[in-house]
Amino acid sequence: MPKTIEVKQSVFADNNALAEKNRSLLDQHGIVALNVMASPGAGKTTLILATAEALALRLRCGVIEGDVAGDLDARRVEAAGFSAVQINTGGSCHLRAGMVERALSELPLPELDLLFIENVGNLVCPAGVRLGEHLCVVISSTPEGDDKPTKYPAAFRGADAVIVSKWDVAQYVGFDMGRYESALRRISSAVPLFRLSAKTGEGMQEWLDWLVARVQEL
Amino acid sequence: MHELGVTEEMLSLVVREAQAHGASRVTAVNLLLGEFSTIVEESVRFYWDFLCRGTIAEGADLHFTIVPAAARCRACGNSYRPDARDERCPVCGEALPMLIQGDEFRVESIDIE
Repeated sequence: MPKTIEVKQSVFADNNALAEKNRSLLDQHGIVALNVMASPGAGKTTLILATAEALALRLRCGVIEGDVAGDLDARRVEAAGFSAVQINTGGSCHLRAGMVERALSELPLPELDLLFIENVGNLVCPAGVRLGEHLCVVISSTPEGDDKPTKYPAAFRGADAVIVSKWDVAQYVGFDMGRYESALRRISSAVPLFRLSAKTGEGMQEWLDWLVARVQEL
Repeated sequence: MHELGVTEEMLSLVVREAQAHGASRVTAVNLLLGEFSTIVEESVRFYWDFLCRGTIAEGADLHFTIVPAAARCRACGNSYRPDARDERCPVCGEALPMLIQGDEFRVESIDIE
């Protein structure tokens, strides 16, 4: 006899439960975690390294690198002297909380204050998939164009900070900050917006000040 | 590609619930999908068709109910339906929506035998 049974459960329930577990583990160790999302080539690893190096005297930083394949990014971070764990998603387009759980077990948590979780390069899929992070940071680089908040609103909707990277080349690629900002402000009135170049250092201080203040709050 | 993982999670939830109720077969899955969820119905159907094979949910029909986005403005308290590319409140103009519904992907119920 066919019958209907109520389920009333989110498809994301398992992921969210693991994300909560990750968050508690991070909190136990007093670690603040950032979920860093951007397109491929936006400069995520470069900005993470520049940030970790600038804060090295104040905060001990570690990095979880998410990529479909390879360990180039983790090696680059380790070469700079920071703890890093590479996750290969094997085709999956975003990190899931279970992957981060395994990565956390490989990191020296008692020795860390700040953890960057570099998501797979993609502005569509990572949006809304919780990992246990405290803050979501979205980077979009000037060569990608100034229309990203309009084209990928979901990525920007949940952001705690938005960074326009590669500011040093903005003038050469025709990036219009006014257009970008007005598109962003249609999605979020309040999200802090930073423009910077990790390469030249321009604009880095504002971002670092904001991040340190948030880490202290949390 | 996004929906592959999501559909896998949906399938494991469906199979788990069906087994818990002693089902021999799942004939339909009734889903709530928020318009802000970033999940595409066609992609879920595409992956479902081959993921469900060999499970007790093989061949089950997927019934989607689309949930419109609804938000409350954090600035003025107005309730409104935000647009994905323009979430500003029609009353005060601030884009400070607290989403009340519209980002969900839920299994509401399953039909079993």
